[in-house]
Amino acid sequence: MARMKFLCDAERCIECNGCVTACKQENEVPWGVNRRRVVTINDGIVGAEKSISVACMHCSDAPCMAVCPVDCFYRTDEGVVLHDKDLCIGCGYCFYACPFGAPQFPQAGAFGLRGKMDKCTFCAGGPEKDLSKEEFAKYGSNRLAQGKLPACAEMCSTKALLGGDGDIIADIYRERVLKRGKGSEVWGWGTAYGKPDQRAAPAGAKS
Amino acid sequence: MTARKLLLALAALFFALGLGACGEREQVIVYKQGKYQGKPDSKPWDSDPAASLYTTSKWTKGDQTSWEAAVKTRNLYQSEYTRAK
Repeated sequence: MARMKFLCDAERCIECNGCVTACKQENEVPWGVNRRRVVTINDGIVGAEKSISVACMHCSDAPCMAVCPVDCFYRTDEGVVLHDKDLCIGCGYCFYACPFGAPQFPQAGAFGLRGKMDKCTFCAGGPEKDLSKEEFAKYGSNRLAQGKLPACAEMCSTKALLGGDGDIIADIYRERVLKRGKGSEVWGWGTAYGKPDQRAAPAGAKS
Repeated sequence: MTARKLLLALAALFFALGLGACGEREQVIVYKQGKYQGKPDSKPWDSDPAASLYTTSKWTKGDQTSWEAAVKTRNLYQSEYTRAK
């Protein structure tokens, strides 16, 4: 099995926030903590509006793991990045390191005390006995141990959000793009480095 | 003479201890596949499929291959083109 990954198809996402709601309900995430959220750009502009659902991307080389001073993170065999709340000191380094803003911190008290970090677990629970009350209370649902995939992806009405084995969801997305004839530009070389016909001007060139 | 030897031995001991304090330890965490970096987590395929609520996935407890096959089947259902076939 390859690594577990999420992939959101911006051509399909309709900003319904069903994934956010599914996550909240499945994991009983406290008020003020959003393990998943939908980001929209060009809101209201016809033809240019795009939405994407964002959570922890379970990076292969996760920056949160690299910066954690108490080494509370670990990666499972399926490539899911999890953390141990018994070790977490709530310092917030992971929040600054994460390019997606995935780590969340529950606020408590009048002065907004920062609690222990909470983030998307790919519905894989945490370092407690699988499917136990302790695991659910600390980390939420463990759907992988029930042979299921993350609730957000399985609940997505348009199947914009795909979650699971990276190779399989890449195949699903590829098939989809080939059938509809567009969408490949959303992800890939062209987006990251520009299209071949729109090469960046060489440094120092005058316009 | 004995006091001098004792002093020398003490000095050598402190010197060794002092040098030891200057030693550099490995600070890079080596992530090993499947070791979970010492965190006490269990594997998803070790759970009992019968304990799962409302799931269609079936696998043999403790068998990673059958669990992966079950999850893969579920994964493929995310494609309408597969479901429509």
